[in-house]
Amino acid sequence: MKSAVLQIQDLHLRFPMGRSMADVVTGRPGRVVSALNGVSLDLYRGETLGIVGESGCGKSTLARCIVRLYKPSEGEVRFDGKDIFDAAQRTDRSYNRRVQMMFQDPYSSLNPRMTTGQILAEALRVHDMRPEDGILARVAELLDLVRLPQDAQHKLPHEFSGGQRQRIAIARALAVEPEVLIADELVSALDVSVQAQVVNLLLELQSDLGLTILFVAHDLRLVRHVSNRVAVIYLGRIVEIGDSETLFSNPAHPYSQALLSAAPSLDPDDRGKATKLEGELPSPLNMPPGCPFHARCRHASEICKQQVPALLPFEGRGEVACHHVEEINAHA
Amino acid sequence: MCTTFHRTGQALPALRDVSFSVSQGEVLGLVGESGSGKSVTLRSIIGLARRYGNVTGQVRWQGRDLVGMPDRALRQIQGREIAMIFQEPMTSLNPLLTVGLQLEETLHAHTDLSKVARRDRAIEMLNLVGIPSAKQRLKDYPHQFSGGMRQRVMIAIALAATPKLLLADEPTTALDVTIQAQILDLILQLAQDMDMGVVLVTHDLGVVAQTCDNVAVMYAGRIVEQGPVRGVLKHPRHPYTVGLMRSVPENLPPRTSLYSVPGVPPSLDALPRGCAFAPRCAACVASCEQDRPPLSLITEGRQVACFNPVTNEQGNAA
Amino acid sequence: MSDAIFTPTQPTFMQRALRKPGFVAGLLIIGFSIMLAVFPGVFAPYDPNAIDYLALRQPPSWAHPFGTDLLGRDSLSRVIWAYQVNMQMAVFGTVFALVTGVIIGALVGYYRGIADLIFGRIVDAVITFPFLVLVIAVVAVLGPGLVNMYIAISVVYWVYYARLMRGEVIAQMGNDYAAAGIVMGYSDRRIIFRHLLPNAITPVIVYWMTDMALVILLGSSLGYLGLGAQPPQSEWGVLIAEGRNFISTAWWLSLMPGIAIVVTGLGFSLLGDGLADLLRPRG
Repeated sequence: MKSAVLQIQDLHLRFPMGRSMADVVTGRPGRVVSALNGVSLDLYRGETLGIVGESGCGKSTLARCIVRLYKPSEGEVRFDGKDIFDAAQRTDRSYNRRVQMMFQDPYSSLNPRMTTGQILAEALRVHDMRPEDGILARVAELLDLVRLPQDAQHKLPHEFSGGQRQRIAIARALAVEPEVLIADELVSALDVSVQAQVVNLLLELQSDLGLTILFVAHDLRLVRHVSNRVAVIYLGRIVEIGDSETLFSNPAHPYSQALLSAAPSLDPDDRGKATKLEGELPSPLNMPPGCPFHARCRHASEICKQQVPALLPFEGRGEVACHHVEEINAHA
Repeated sequence: MCTTFHRTGQALPALRDVSFSVSQGEVLGLVGESGSGKSVTLRSIIGLARRYGNVTGQVRWQGRDLVGMPDRALRQIQGREIAMIFQEPMTSLNPLLTVGLQLEETLHAHTDLSKVARRDRAIEMLNLVGIPSAKQRLKDYPHQFSGGMRQRVMIAIALAATPKLLLADEPTTALDVTIQAQILDLILQLAQDMDMGVVLVTHDLGVVAQTCDNVAVMYAGRIVEQGPVRGVLKHPRHPYTVGLMRSVPENLPPRTSLYSVPGVPPSLDALPRGCAFAPRCAACVASCEQDRPPLSLITEGRQVACFNPVTNEQGNAA
Repeated sequence: MSDAIFTPTQPTFMQRALRKPGFVAGLLIIGFSIMLAVFPGVFAPYDPNAIDYLALRQPPSWAHPFGTDLLGRDSLSRVIWAYQVNMQMAVFGTVFALVTGVIIGALVGYYRGIADLIFGRIVDAVITFPFLVLVIAVVAVLGPGLVNMYIAISVVYWVYYARLMRGEVIAQMGNDYAAAGIVMGYSDRRIIFRHLLPNAITPVIVYWMTDMALVILLGSSLGYLGLGAQPPQSEWGVLIAEGRNFISTAWWLSLMPGIAIVVTGLGFSLLGDGLADLLRPRG
């Protein structure tokens, strides 16, 4: 069971900001935004790995690296043991077939001038999924699969609601029979009851088709619900990764603890119980040295300001990147 | 202080017979899904809905009716007595003016303070909403602030004239959870200190649970249930409230199917004759399709618009 | 299970078009202009080159609604025959620039990089240089005449189309459907021409309409200066030039072709405005 489909090793991604005139005059080097700072993780076949974090933490960037929308500055992503950024692999379109992505905004991820039928047929044709005379039948099958009515084929994206558009996006991804699905905030733009429908569909399809899913989202309840394992990202680094239930019920890293406690509980009696996190996300433009979280952390000490903690196994719970993980969890 | 309003629309009835009241220092939550009319309600209170629709009924504000009030008189109340903050802190600030200028502009419009006093008050406001080194930041433009900080600036501007009622339209939806917690805390704190009423529109039941005193649940332009937060969330009586609560994945076995209310909300131009929720409702009885259930008091402080409300025990099970 | 709220009936493109009076007026003007250009013989009451020495410089009358010129030729017929030349200008003076501009703009906008930098310099160079002077310079080198004028305009004008297209393509790239195309493993050509281009081209089409009006104006100016169409060919600029010495005694000679330019220009502008509204994707 535990065979890794995707192996991500020490992924870094830096975006150059360009130098302003002032920078050039004063001879300052161009500024750089570090979106990913050494992310390593394995995605196992058939699992759902949740990625959580706040906006700007790099979770979407990570997803986009995996589907080659961004090229990492360092590190590698291995699929079937081969680095997908190798010159030889880069031109291999079968990777694009086997690893698919679904986007957050259901209003921009579909070409507004193509009907659902055209969108699905295009995916089938480009990857030769069916002979020409089998395409119509397959489009019909795909619509059934995502529970859309057959007449949806002839409609343009603007004729659908947000939830239906996400179903079309799912159908498009499934058209090419992928092994891995990357869901980047797939349901964030939807109302709760529609969210529930789309999530149910995704879970069903996963068990029917044996898909591996990377579920990127900021909604912690949802991630907890769909994931087998979860990784918490802060400023481009994984600070904690482990089994979903364990992590959510008993987070070890102080950031994970704060993040989970900030999510408003449905129970009015929990009021005031949350541990509040001070300050805001530091800008990825001027990354503090040491642990990325030290500026907001109650437990930060001298070492945290100087050394980046390594992601290490902790008490058989998962892996945590914190210098003080043992003391923090001893009296908790 | 009491704000009560009743309203009925015609052509495209975005809202029908919405009534509630907010008293000083109270935080009222308005929840519902998109299109349920929660934002329209807010905009009707402050007169923003006038431009694109007909508002009928009454909004009683300190003994005066805001609906029938001429625009000019309403201006005097907007911003000074009733203030509003919006979801997008990015677009509700003017990007070309410094934050200080925008704050002082509000003060100029609504107070008689001198130029120097306005400046001092602006700094005081920024301090109050927790913006560090307030004095220097007056000279900054909105884009130089982060999302959370921008929402703080918005709150500072809204509260500059010490209004008595704050209308907050999804103020934290665009923010991250840790920042959301900070902003909600801030709003609550200020409401308490300034003895100000707050109407908080949100789609997040968690936010309601953690911040509001009372809550009104909206569906297809009507309030279907209202009452104290504890009561409504712990023992929901309207089947729609129950459905809404159940579709949030909390305390569920992982990776099981989530509950979702069957069907879709009716479009506003094709509302059913009876209860708008009847076609999706499992507890629907014959009279539901015939008549519209009125919002009626069932227990102390608790109103439900349903002919066949969920009993307490069933509500607990959900 | 489905979560749709379908709006009951969507008006078709034609239904929406007919509800816009400006668009309808533009369509009628341009439609009629095309008719005149294609079948001038059907509409012109006289042979435009028939000289009548008995009716020199006659003011407008029932027999000659636009009057006659210094050789007794019927002005109305000459203005109508000029449609052939001037409408042809509108098409040939723009279409090469349009096609080249759209393709280059789309490629540059999609790939960016070094090509984009070079393109940026070309744009700077062309835009800072006075357009009319540039065209006159090219015509001066190649010699006067319509074909050389088309070449001169196209050589300069594609840059404006390309610049517009590049900007639109970059804006469209911000939509996830472009990213989705890349993730689906679609070829660059397919993403550019099948996905980005149809969504990016609307403002270019609208601009094209205005541009046709501008090119008619430019062509007439060159005709007036003797650098475009050559007499005795009927062309509005040429006709205006012929009448310029008699403006106080035979005002109709210059005024009538002038009105034709204004009306056609207005037609293209109305059409462009209407299309801008109609082609905007809904939803």
